[in-house]
Amino acid sequence: MGSDEKVDCGRRRLIVATAAVGGVAGVVTVVPLVASMMPSERAKAAGAPVEVDISKLAPGQMMTVEWRGKPVWIINRSKEMLASLKKTDDQVSDPKSEKPMQPEYCKNEARSIKPEIFVAVGICTHLGCSPTEKLASGAESGIAADWPGGFICPCHGSTFDLAGRVYKSKPAPDNLEVPPYMFLSDAKIVIGEDKKGA
Amino acid sequence: MSTMTDKLQGLLDWVDERFPLTANWKAHLAEYYAPKNFNFWYFFGSLALLVLVNQIITGILLTMHYKPDASLNGSGVPVAFASVEYIMRDVPWGWLIRYMHSTGASAFFIVVYLHMFRGLLYGSHRKPRELIWIFGMLIFLMLMAEAFFGYLLPWGQMSFWGAQVIVNMFSAIPFIGPDLSLWLRGDFVVGDATLNRFFAFHVIAVPLVLVGLVAAHILALHEVGSNNPDGVEIKKHKDANGIPLDGIPFHPYYTVKDIVGVVVFLMVCSVVIFFMPEGGGYFLEYNNFIPANPLQTPQHIAPVWYFTPYYSVLRSITYPLFGLEAKFWGVIGMGAAVVIFFLLPWLDRSPVKSIRYKGPIYKTALTLFVISFAILGYLGVLPPTPGRTLVAQICSLIYFAFFILMPVYSKMDKCKPEPERVTGK
Amino acid sequence: MKKLFFALIFAPLMVCANETEVHLDKAPARDAAGLQNGAKLFVNYCLNCHSASYMRYNRLQDIGLTDQQIKDNLMFTADKVGEPMTIAMRRAEAKQWFGVPPPDLSVVSRSRTSEAGSGADWLYTYLRGFYRDESRPSGWNNVVFSNVAMPHALWQLQGEQVMGADHKLKLAKPGKLTAKEYDSAVADLVAFLQYVGEPVAQTRKQLGVYVLLFLAGFFVLAYALKREFWKDIH
Repeated sequence: MGSDEKVDCGRRRLIVATAAVGGVAGVVTVVPLVASMMPSERAKAAGAPVEVDISKLAPGQMMTVEWRGKPVWIINRSKEMLASLKKTDDQVSDPKSEKPMQPEYCKNEARSIKPEIFVAVGICTHLGCSPTEKLASGAESGIAADWPGGFICPCHGSTFDLAGRVYKSKPAPDNLEVPPYMFLSDAKIVIGEDKKGA
Repeated sequence: MSTMTDKLQGLLDWVDERFPLTANWKAHLAEYYAPKNFNFWYFFGSLALLVLVNQIITGILLTMHYKPDASLNGSGVPVAFASVEYIMRDVPWGWLIRYMHSTGASAFFIVVYLHMFRGLLYGSHRKPRELIWIFGMLIFLMLMAEAFFGYLLPWGQMSFWGAQVIVNMFSAIPFIGPDLSLWLRGDFVVGDATLNRFFAFHVIAVPLVLVGLVAAHILALHEVGSNNPDGVEIKKHKDANGIPLDGIPFHPYYTVKDIVGVVVFLMVCSVVIFFMPEGGGYFLEYNNFIPANPLQTPQHIAPVWYFTPYYSVLRSITYPLFGLEAKFWGVIGMGAAVVIFFLLPWLDRSPVKSIRYKGPIYKTALTLFVISFAILGYLGVLPPTPGRTLVAQICSLIYFAFFILMPVYSKMDKCKPEPERVTGK
Repeated sequence: MKKLFFALIFAPLMVCANETEVHLDKAPARDAAGLQNGAKLFVNYCLNCHSASYMRYNRLQDIGLTDQQIKDNLMFTADKVGEPMTIAMRRAEAKQWFGVPPPDLSVVSRSRTSEAGSGADWLYTYLRGFYRDESRPSGWNNVVFSNVAMPHALWQLQGEQVMGADHKLKLAKPGKLTAKEYDSAVADLVAFLQYVGEPVAQTRKQLGVYVLLFLAGFFVLAYALKREFWKDIH
């Protein structure tokens, strides 16, 4: 069609129109095909918010629950543990939690709603291993004599403090993720859902 | 503007020095000269290609969610059956993809049957197009295998008992039969092993062969050139540049024409997909909404509609011959009904190709053949009665007579002379 | 030629004519309120023994229910709205009690479709066709499903029917509902089962209309384009 000296405007308009409508048809067909690879209703149901009873979680203790197939840690931090966060402030790379690794309501010193109750996704932000808990402080942790308590990732050695903040000069780029959660009562929290309904 | 075009031309030249892109574009589309008198019957080749693409794309997406597992889940439903309902309900747009695939299967056979009938009308199998026909018939055979394997996957009652019956057909072969059907199933009944291997055949083995055969079919066609409703060779009359006088470039003329055919075809398919996905129980059989139960055969089982003509031939043979049982001859009859198509290029001895110039005998023979084929197909979905069996026997006779007597009647026929050039519509 | 064609086509069809089947009553259509009532009947009377294991509770938003309504009124066995409608009964026990384990009902309306009528028609006739038959282990028989294993789960609503000598059903003992109320309740339940058979059916049809309209428009353009190119070819 291009070799014709005289451009036939009517024909050109028809070609453009048909190609446009055909293109729309193509895109509209591709959308459901691509969308079919998104999480199914089953995956969404399995990823639904989880209710956790924390009434038996004593100070200094930690429990792990599953949410969307990932470990979620809940730690009832003792007074000493909370105090240790002050000490690690200058050793961690993002002490003020500037990066969006937590909901707005957890962007604080303790990275939590209630200071003592810490909730985080137990997946290292480096390459997705689950760090090992080393809650006890001191030399018996096997890390360092002045270890204030926290987590160490078995894969590449990233370390995190008791607010899930990553130490400086470690492979992991970000603090541990804090999922959306809320308190239904003092003894019950919901993970995966907050007051915004997210 | 012009620098942009220059750059694109530069890129194209770069590719052409390394890969025959422009050469292939010309050979198969822009400078492939097709006869200018194609009619309605010539839509079905490109439509078959479209359906093949649809089946492959929707099929790949379905395999992402389907599970070929015959064991029972917590609710006592086979995992395979449940995974199909999972696709229908839980996977985003899964229902649409599944209906596109199930409707596509039936559409494939409709299109291919019409495509084959076009060959019978205009002599597309005749010299020099014998190989195109043979590749086409191999495609048809593979398509039947593909459909058969695929039909087991939903693991419903019809899936199960259909596979049971067809695999048992192989046991009719003397001596090796029983072992052969055991080997095909990989178990003493159609079971998990059968489901898994049918899945493998359906999603990878047969499609690979199918795609290769389709390529061969098209390459052979483009080597000798397309036939046309007049059955005359357009290459006999060429202009000074060697272009057939009655030929027009496939692109743009037949691409724009085929787009019209495609849109109409899509409308027909959409009516099925969106308003009657079960196709009145022919495209998705009602009994297949019951999970496979090896202990109970449904009241009435019939193959999917596209196999029923051959199934009727199988059932119509009810008497033993030469000391071998009727079951064996039924299977032979069914196989022969498919295979005999391969011989068509050498059975037809008529001096002309197209039905337009053939005499009354061929016209009558073809009419009778099509009617018998349709009746056999219809009888195949019904349970047999003595009356129906008799009708099926008569129709089977006509079916085979159409081929076997062709060397005789095609020569006797009073044909009209072929024109030199293609005629108008 | 044409006459011959039709004669040849129709003569064998006479031979092929179908045997008469059981007569099915037409299931009346139902609106959203009917479907919601059907859902309630289903979870109260069917979901004890039959699962609908492909159907998630929260999908019932389709028929105009909110998650909270579903939780409050319909969920007795599950704790999350995303869960499917499964049952607690063990299959082995069920088999002992009924001879066959009660089938999953997710697609029952689709599997019961036949030339005689839709699956809904079959279910509508079936659920109104139970009658007393002391020769059966369960004490019940059915007009469209002879020797059915299931006892009449809705007998308190319908009452007890008996088969008369004239092969017609008679109400021997009335139930909680009048005959008319019972028919209406069954129609609701059946409409719900039909919805459960293919929850997407409504959406599918609506979408189909748009697809066809779009393709019709595309056809006009494509045909005009074809005409435009082919005017050169003589």
